[in-house]
Amino acid sequence: MIWNVPFITVALLIAIGLYAVMFKRNLIKIAIGITIIESGVNLFLITLGYRKGGVAPIYTNLPSGVKVPEGMVLPVPQALTLTSIVIGVAVLALMLSFIMKMYQHNKSLDSHSRRLKG
Amino acid sequence: MNDETNDGRMSIIVRTIATMMLPFILIFSFYVIMHGHLTPGGGFQGGAIAASAIVMMIAAYGHKMMEKRISEDGLSMVESVGATIFAVVAFIGVIMAASFMYNFLVGTPLFGETPPFGSNPGILNSGGVLPILNIAVGMKVIGGLAAVVLIMALAGDEEGDKK
Amino acid sequence: MIYNEAIPAILIGLPLLAAFITPIINLASRKARNAFVIAVLAIEELLIILLAWHVFTDGIVIYTMGAKNPSIVPLQAAVPIRIVLEIDGMAAFMGLISCTVAMAAGIYSIAFIKEGNGKSRYYTLLLIMLAGMLGMEFTGDLFNLFVFLEILSIASCGLIAYRQHADAVEGAFKYLVVSNIAALFVLFAIALFYAQYDLLNIAAIAKVMQYTQLDKIALVLLVAAFAMKCGAVPMHFWAPDSYSTAPAAITAMLVAASQASLYALFRVCFTLYGSLMDYQTIGLAIIIFGLLSMFIGVTMALPQKDIKRLMAYHAISQTGYMLLGVGVGLYLLGSSDFNVYGIKAMEGGIFHIINHAMYKGLLFLTAGAIYYRLGTRNLNEMGGLGHTMKFTSIFFIIGALAIAGIPPFNGFASKLLIYEACYKVSPILSIVAMLVSVLTLASFIKVFHSAFMGPKMHDVKEVPKSMLIGMAVLTFVIIFFGLFPGWVVSHIVHPAVMALVDKTAYINAVMGG
Repeated sequence: MIWNVPFITVALLIAIGLYAVMFKRNLIKIAIGITIIESGVNLFLITLGYRKGGVAPIYTNLPSGVKVPEGMVLPVPQALTLTSIVIGVAVLALMLSFIMKMYQHNKSLDSHSRRLKG
Repeated sequence: MNDETNDGRMSIIVRTIATMMLPFILIFSFYVIMHGHLTPGGGFQGGAIAASAIVMMIAAYGHKMMEKRISEDGLSMVESVGATIFAVVAFIGVIMAASFMYNFLVGTPLFGETPPFGSNPGILNSGGVLPILNIAVGMKVIGGLAAVVLIMALAGDEEGDKK
Repeated sequence: MIYNEAIPAILIGLPLLAAFITPIINLASRKARNAFVIAVLAIEELLIILLAWHVFTDGIVIYTMGAKNPSIVPLQAAVPIRIVLEIDGMAAFMGLISCTVAMAAGIYSIAFIKEGNGKSRYYTLLLIMLAGMLGMEFTGDLFNLFVFLEILSIASCGLIAYRQHADAVEGAFKYLVVSNIAALFVLFAIALFYAQYDLLNIAAIAKVMQYTQLDKIALVLLVAAFAMKCGAVPMHFWAPDSYSTAPAAITAMLVAASQASLYALFRVCFTLYGSLMDYQTIGLAIIIFGLLSMFIGVTMALPQKDIKRLMAYHAISQTGYMLLGVGVGLYLLGSSDFNVYGIKAMEGGIFHIINHAMYKGLLFLTAGAIYYRLGTRNLNEMGGLGHTMKFTSIFFIIGALAIAGIPPFNGFASKLLIYEACYKVSPILSIVAMLVSVLTLASFIKVFHSAFMGPKMHDVKEVPKSMLIGMAVLTFVIIFFGLFPGWVVSHIVHPAVMALVDKTAYINAVMGG
């Protein structure tokens, strides 16, 4: 944790993802933008659990000389991040199926060639 | 891709190495699923590794040939059975007049030993209901992810109606 | 009444179990699968009525998942352990809405969705949607709210694209993108709460909250995300596309799903923050969302030619009424005027939630009946249906009179409460509300005339009986609430409003005294 670099990375990732979702026309780029926002939020969750000089919170074969449980990083944000990754996989699979179906009907991946207006 | 005929098979070297690597990857994924309560891992992670093995076979042999071996209906059944086991195990706690998802296997010989506190090599026989839930989630993830890739490969190929 | 303390867990767990057994039963016989799904939905309705009776007479119900005794929350240095379901009056009220709409949609779908190769997956996703809605309404834990919110969004997207036309897939894609971004904002706000207080339980955070700068950021993210999910006006563009292209029974469920997000917004504003936050500013912001939604919704609805798109714009406009009523209540929170007319405004807004779910669901189901017989949603191609589809025209008339606020039906009672109470804050609110009511009546007269009146253009029969029974379930509730509004307000709506405003009772139920 040197000079708050992980938090600056989170802000950059979310900004890049929002730019891609709002201003790009290709449908696949919109899907990639959503994945980038999700990666940013997951990184934020993991970074919150860090304690200075901590080791991974696994009891099996700890390195010697570690005070238990004060010398470990927090395990709860890791469980939250895992749930969020699983949800992200499901949403990405569904979005890609929709894009394939839209390509079959419209023969193009441009989001301006849509049919529902007004 | 070299030597690709129109049903998507790759060359003989790729097919042989894929067939040789398949048992090792499946064993590793079952190890990760079973040791979920001791080391990092568990249901979703192990299931994703096994689904990657099936995807490797689809990429090496072509989806038409794999569809004769593993049909989508079989994968759907595996997925439904896994989810049903999870829900039934969670309901047993309600029937026993405790709460939903109560850990009723602590103290019984099935998975019920209590591990010691502090650093230890870890006992596989502990954890109560958790290893059973890990196996159920692993079955569901294998069925789900492999079915998704198989259906996408089949649908991108023909102009049919698949979901 | 017989009440078992395990009912909250069964209410959420039974649809999940039934959803995964349905494909296995489908291998045996199709009639058995239909009977199984209707039986599960009927059991859910019975259980929620028992639970609501118990909560309205006895107080808040707590259920701890995974503990030896589910009614006690284990505390360790004032931190609750395990996920806690906390059901107060407002949560039981929303649960009644979800189960009733699900039962009507389930019965309607027996005939509406033709037997193809995927109908058992339709029922699986419908039951998962019901479990997601009930989970969002009953939970007392913030991360659990996020997980059930995502379950609800993903299941509804799968159902919107069920028929795989080009329009339906496009509507489902838009809904998925907006829902997922809203849920990621909610997750970011939950991470901010965890970073400061090391807690995830709503009652525990409400007890120790100091209103720091990071809490202000979290409040803005949560209000924006939940307003995005309900269709309030600057963020409403997904609603007409996805409501008009989904199958009709699913559109009724989507209306109930957007009201679950409205419940989450109220829970955050009243219970998590309460009077600690700058409630006048947030109340004013919610009132402005409400006014814009009402006005823009109804003016975009008037020129529409597609019957379901017109009804979808009306859904946006009626959401504005709910936001207006509760926004006025939030604006007056804690001041002395609150007991005079703040509570009346909130009663109007919250009574409007159940009225809207019933009559909007009925209108979408009748539009689905027209689509089932004619195959078109365009108003220019319909005409003279009142000659042959008699029951459908009667149900449509009842729904249209209810949405316009005509006396023997339930829309009149809630709209009258909103007009009266909002007049004292500023007369402009009541004037806009009444103008929107008049324009709503005008657009439904247009639809009724072009679809049901006139010379007979098509020779069609009445729709099958299961669809009529589904519509009759919602009509029964509309007529009952319209004839006895006083009983309903004093026994069902008033406890819900008092439970929502009372922050200390909510906290003490979990943290003990």
